[in-house]
Amino acid sequence: MHIEIKDKPFEPYQYLLEYQDETGFAGKYGATAVFVGSMREFNQGEDVSAMTLEHYPGMTEKYLQKISEEAATQWNILDSLIVHRVGEMLPNDPIVLVAVWSAHRAAAFDASRYLMEELKSRAPFWKKESLTDKTRWVEKNT
Amino acid sequence: MIGLQAEIRKQENTIFMTDAVINIKFFASLREQVGLADVQISKAGVSTVMDAWNRATENRDMPENTLMAVNMDYVSAEHTVKVGDEVAFFPPVTGG
Repeated sequence: MHIEIKDKPFEPYQYLLEYQDETGFAGKYGATAVFVGSMREFNQGEDVSAMTLEHYPGMTEKYLQKISEEAATQWNILDSLIVHRVGEMLPNDPIVLVAVWSAHRAAAFDASRYLMEELKSRAPFWKKESLTDKTRWVEKNT
Repeated sequence: MIGLQAEIRKQENTIFMTDAVINIKFFASLREQVGLADVQISKAGVSTVMDAWNRATENRDMPENTLMAVNMDYVSAEHTVKVGDEVAFFPPVTGG
């Protein structure tokens, strides 16, 4: 179980490969469910040129840890990973990586979905978008 | 000797005064609306999270969707606060 907040751009697929190599559980899992969320260049009908992600240091980590523990209690999984960006970002930059390893696919699918949904509703992050002529806080998670 | 005792009392008072506070944080759009990021308020007369909001913002109306945390756990406005608590106010979260 690993969580990480990154204030610089990261490459999720490379991160995933390196993490998986380090865990040393090759052969133990039959399923890996991976979710990568990236920044769009549009939102609510307008062009978005950049975004700033703010978080509540300490509480964010606490809640990512909490939801990871909840997933591990509810499903029979081998491991989970959550990496989330903060700071300044540009369209196409990865925002979040969630991965879950399990023996069979159902637990990996369900637990990864749970982690993403809980992250979106409980982890204290806030997005501020830069449009052509102004900035605006994103008010609702879709 | 009397001078020394007075000095000790003064120091104890200072420590007491410094300790009897609640730390308040505001995040994102709420930080910009209130114009505050981190403030300390006196604990005196403050028993709930709502009281802490009223003290820190000088009775500003709280936006309906405001979320609240005490020591990094979500709570309601009626939650009791203690000296030294960290109380945070922020808008709905939009990560992921």
